[in-house]
Amino acid sequence: MVIELMNKMETMTGAKALMTAMEKEGVKQVFGIPGGANLPMYDEFARCNIRHILARHEQSAAHMADGFGRVSRKPGVCFATSGPGATNILTGLATAQADSAPMVAVTGQVPVAMIGRDAFQESDIIGMSNPVVKYAFQPRTASEVPGAVRKGFYIARTGRPGPVLIDIPKDVQQNEAEMEFPDEFKIQGYHPWADPDIVACERAIDMLLNSEKPIILSGGGTIISSAFAELQSIAETLMLPVVTTFKGKGSFPENHPLSLGPIGMHGHAEANKMMTEADCVLAIGTRFSDRSVGTFEAFEKRLKIIHLDVDPAEIGKNQTAQVAVVGDVKASLRIMIKLLLQRAIKKTEESTWIKHVKETKAYWKENLKIHPGEMGAAKILRKLRELLPPESIITTEVGQHQMWASLFYDVIQPGTFFSSTGLGTMGWGFPASIGAKVARPDVPVVDIAGDGSFAMTENSLATAVLEDIPVIVFILNNYSLGMVAQWQRTFYDKRMIGVDQQNCPDYVKLAESYGAQGIRAQSMDELHKAIKTALSSDVATVIDIPIDPVEDVLPFVAPGTSLADMVLPS
Amino acid sequence: MWAIISLLVENKTGILFKVTNLFRSRNFNIDSISVGVTENPAYSRMTITTNSDEKRVTQIVKQLEKMIDTVDVKHLDEHKTVYRELCLFMIKISKASDSMEINKIATAYGGKVHDVKKESIMVELTATPHQIQAFEELIKPFGIIDVARTGVAALQRSGS
Repeated sequence: MVIELMNKMETMTGAKALMTAMEKEGVKQVFGIPGGANLPMYDEFARCNIRHILARHEQSAAHMADGFGRVSRKPGVCFATSGPGATNILTGLATAQADSAPMVAVTGQVPVAMIGRDAFQESDIIGMSNPVVKYAFQPRTASEVPGAVRKGFYIARTGRPGPVLIDIPKDVQQNEAEMEFPDEFKIQGYHPWADPDIVACERAIDMLLNSEKPIILSGGGTIISSAFAELQSIAETLMLPVVTTFKGKGSFPENHPLSLGPIGMHGHAEANKMMTEADCVLAIGTRFSDRSVGTFEAFEKRLKIIHLDVDPAEIGKNQTAQVAVVGDVKASLRIMIKLLLQRAIKKTEESTWIKHVKETKAYWKENLKIHPGEMGAAKILRKLRELLPPESIITTEVGQHQMWASLFYDVIQPGTFFSSTGLGTMGWGFPASIGAKVARPDVPVVDIAGDGSFAMTENSLATAVLEDIPVIVFILNNYSLGMVAQWQRTFYDKRMIGVDQQNCPDYVKLAESYGAQGIRAQSMDELHKAIKTALSSDVATVIDIPIDPVEDVLPFVAPGTSLADMVLPS
Repeated sequence: MWAIISLLVENKTGILFKVTNLFRSRNFNIDSISVGVTENPAYSRMTITTNSDEKRVTQIVKQLEKMIDTVDVKHLDEHKTVYRELCLFMIKISKASDSMEINKIATAYGGKVHDVKKESIMVELTATPHQIQAFEELIKPFGIIDVARTGVAALQRSGS
């Protein structure tokens, strides 16, 4: 018995154990940048089947891993060296944490004996990252590495997903040990999924049936747990209108008759209107962020709330729920569907409420004022939608273009729209699109960008070109930090400070200098051709679309106000 | 409300940092904290007292439960719990009778007297935070030179 066990153990270095353990987790590629403290693990790329994709900044490497993780629903992996390499991934970790994205970041660290002595390129990344990771490991001996990887990947992808950091001192990477790769393991204080309470599901159904104006609010949790079919089934069975949070955008097909689109600061007019009129909400996988619901007090004042979430700490954090179901939302919805079947409930006749909802939706489809020019944001994004196949994946940067995408780009196939919604990280969209394209090379991947946001990680063009990852960057270029400019116009008496980016750089030339394709589109006709060219191209393409620098994003719910105070375009 | 939260955590480096960092980053305050290893060296017991409303206490308990390093988290009912804090007071002696009087008060509170000097006296008190506060009020007129408190340690009564 002992001999058998010994045979299963193998002597190898910590670095080799890291790569072996990651191969066992199914890792096919790592996004990263090498440096002094992670060279032993980099050397292992020569001897394993994992592809290395070189980023140009560690923050971008982290966003690439994040984009890969959100699309594939498996942890994306990024590598960075110690010190500045590690601190550069902090924004990437915080972004993934804010949006519950599965990720494993592996950093090099100075040798164990040097920790705490202010060594060259030493940073206390365990201490610094604590509030922005789901968990962090720092193996102090080589034999701890396989267990940290096994547990790290498990923690990153289960329950409410999130980023996990594994910080490995250089000597731990170099030292040899007898390695055991555990199949089974126990994490005593970790309970990723609770079983949904059937009685609570029953009460949820009764509450929906007894309400006059019920509505579904679907959040990012629906997308994370792929509960698309379940959501659609509940909505259709009970004939409930569906609004989403911005993170939940596209959890429900936006061309469905019951779809009203996202609510929130820049929500759809019809979605915000109907959310304000509803008397009962089935909230699925959402944390009721301030950007979605406006002021917390006004939102919950006249609403009965049914809250489905995988994370018990979300229940009652921002909103008080009358009924709460803790568990994976897909499992909870399935129980509700089963109960509806047992009770033979299926609505076939339109209520006064649903008629009113449909009329409101039709009204705003007709009457929402958009920019009158040929190259207004709405027209540009509707053109993109028209030409992209439904399975195309969208990432966005952060700013006005992101909110226009929310307003005017309808997601048809659920789970194909991704954005940095929680942390609002400018520069996320482009590297994330590279990660997304690695996860789904078979579909077009488009980063809907603004010039300000794209400028933050534009050097990822080198990665897209040299690693042959042909994504499309779609820049709505207003030559400024447009969202900040809009707030300065609205709240700061038009004093424009620090928002003018002028025509710098020239994004067509910039793309070309990296070996990518650059196209400028100044009319609808040029835009049509540019999108067609990009879709048939096998190299990364930047489409630069000059727009009106003073176009505002409307509707707008100002910060600190309620959805009922929505400002509409005049 | 004043709340006693009892945590059983894995006895590993850095857990105290993570727990206190959670309170800080979630905008909760810690009134007192005491930490010690349990009968099983794999675990430590942390006792934290905090002042907040009920909703926020519920939220911090949930956030602590969510922490992977916590094995058990309880918001203790103070009426079903034995809770004590150890406190050391260094008190000024101005006149001969002070020493006697302080001694009398200390005895009434079950305290012990140490380090009796001409200018000062040290009192050790093990009591509830409420009793310690009452004692402090009584000895304040003499002049308090220094105070050291351990924070509350608490265990639920059996059967509750």
